[in-house]
Amino acid sequence: MNATPIRLVSPLRGLVDVYLQEMKIAVAQQIQYRAANYMYMLGMVAEPVVYLVVWQTVAAQQGGSVAGITAGQFAAYYIVWTLVRNINIVFTPYGWEERIREGRLSAQLLRPLFPIVEDLGFFLGWKPVVMLLWLPIAFFLALIFHPVLNPSPLAVAVFAVSLLGAYLIRSLNQSSLGLITFWTTRVGPVFQLYIAAELLLSGRLVPMQLMPAWVQTLANFLPFQWTFGFPIEALVGNLSTAQLLGGLLAQLFWIVIGSILVRVVWRFAVRRYSAVSG
Amino acid sequence: MRPLRLAWLFFRVGALNDLQYRANFWLQLLQSAIQLGTGLAVLGLIFSQTLALNGWSAPALLAVMGVHILMGGVIGVLIRPSMERLRSDIRDGTFDFVLTKPEDVQVLSSVREIRVWQGVDILVGLVVLGVAIGQLQESLGPIEAVAFGVALVIGALMIYSFWLVVTTVAFWIVRIDEIAELFEGVYQSGRWPVTIYPEWLRVSLTFLVPIAFAVTVPAQALTQRLTPETLALAAGFGVVALLVSRAFFRIGLRRYSGASA
Repeated sequence: MNATPIRLVSPLRGLVDVYLQEMKIAVAQQIQYRAANYMYMLGMVAEPVVYLVVWQTVAAQQGGSVAGITAGQFAAYYIVWTLVRNINIVFTPYGWEERIREGRLSAQLLRPLFPIVEDLGFFLGWKPVVMLLWLPIAFFLALIFHPVLNPSPLAVAVFAVSLLGAYLIRSLNQSSLGLITFWTTRVGPVFQLYIAAELLLSGRLVPMQLMPAWVQTLANFLPFQWTFGFPIEALVGNLSTAQLLGGLLAQLFWIVIGSILVRVVWRFAVRRYSAVSG
Repeated sequence: MRPLRLAWLFFRVGALNDLQYRANFWLQLLQSAIQLGTGLAVLGLIFSQTLALNGWSAPALLAVMGVHILMGGVIGVLIRPSMERLRSDIRDGTFDFVLTKPEDVQVLSSVREIRVWQGVDILVGLVVLGVAIGQLQESLGPIEAVAFGVALVIGALMIYSFWLVVTTVAFWIVRIDEIAELFEGVYQSGRWPVTIYPEWLRVSLTFLVPIAFAVTVPAQALTQRLTPETLALAAGFGVVALLVSRAFFRIGLRRYSGASA
């Protein structure tokens, strides 16, 4: 008996391969359903456009600016918002709910791979396609709303890196939240509370300067503003070098916290899993 | 009055079905409360910076929000469930079962599904409206009340026509699930009077997606901004929308071919 020896690659190399393959699958799927994708994106654009129009109206009534933000800066904020929002699309707790309720997790558990790695890779693969689709939307929004922004090269670089940070923080947090479905079959109410907190504490609803001081203080102790407010402000907010680099460090801090949390919750959660048939 | 009797029958069956799952009431209440809370927070933020938004005072905007939530509830209970069922039936080929029944296909497709617990939004909307009316300076006469009721019914019929047209597209394009997302996104713009939007957007939100007629016009009736001309325009456009959507549905129907059988 001459069995061919199994070719082993280093664990790290294997992980990178998994990420790349997941991304390729995601790209292929995204391109397959272009029309559906675009409708989804257009629906998403409605949210910031509404915020933008309301605040530009308020700014116009107040003689050009609200809390030091001009109409042009509002436009820049909410147009960059649309890109950050798309980068922030991650595997939601509803996905976990379905995956666990229908027992589809069984197959994933058989693989020698932490399931969250697959989600991270797959949704990362969306992003290049999403960015391409975003360009014309941004172009038209810019034509209509006249954004004003003049970022330094450092700000642009930090913005680019912070997008990845925001994606990771939001992915990890929502994965932890999704793991709740090992205990309960309905994650909806908890997830909606999370989204409401995110709306108010992240800069998704309004730039954080417009919030009362106590809300801003509260936000400093939570991860939310590093997923929306910080990336956007990095590009449009004329932040100082210390603020830019400090922000990246804060993102790193929350990525570490999120990774630990998801690992710990997973260890307890997976013991509760059971499925009927395969 | 056969369509109405049919609708009432399906409503009763659907209600009995949903009423089994009473925990869903609390889940829906929590969801509505979260949405109301964020909505009020935004109003608070805006009125901490200014006294009126384009001539709309805080109570007037609260009235708009009330109508928005109320109409959202009506859509969630009566319109959206049947349209989603229609969409999945067309895709899966189970639409055969509707076609074989000796009733008007459009009526049957439009009343088959309801979701009772979404009705919590109707109640929440009414409460918000009540508070808003209490705060408004202007007194509310019977004429305004009737105009409000009429505007609300016209608005709901237009939203129905819109959903029917969009769902009918499923006869040609199979995957249109995202259209629901698109509508949800666009519907959020109705939280504010459409008069604040730039021209192109205002026109789209009036004649393309009839959110102006569904939310802003009823709210105008309550805050004494409604002219008879606007109401007449709404009624006229409503009739056109109903006729066009019915005609379009019939064209779409010819494209249908069952999957099995």
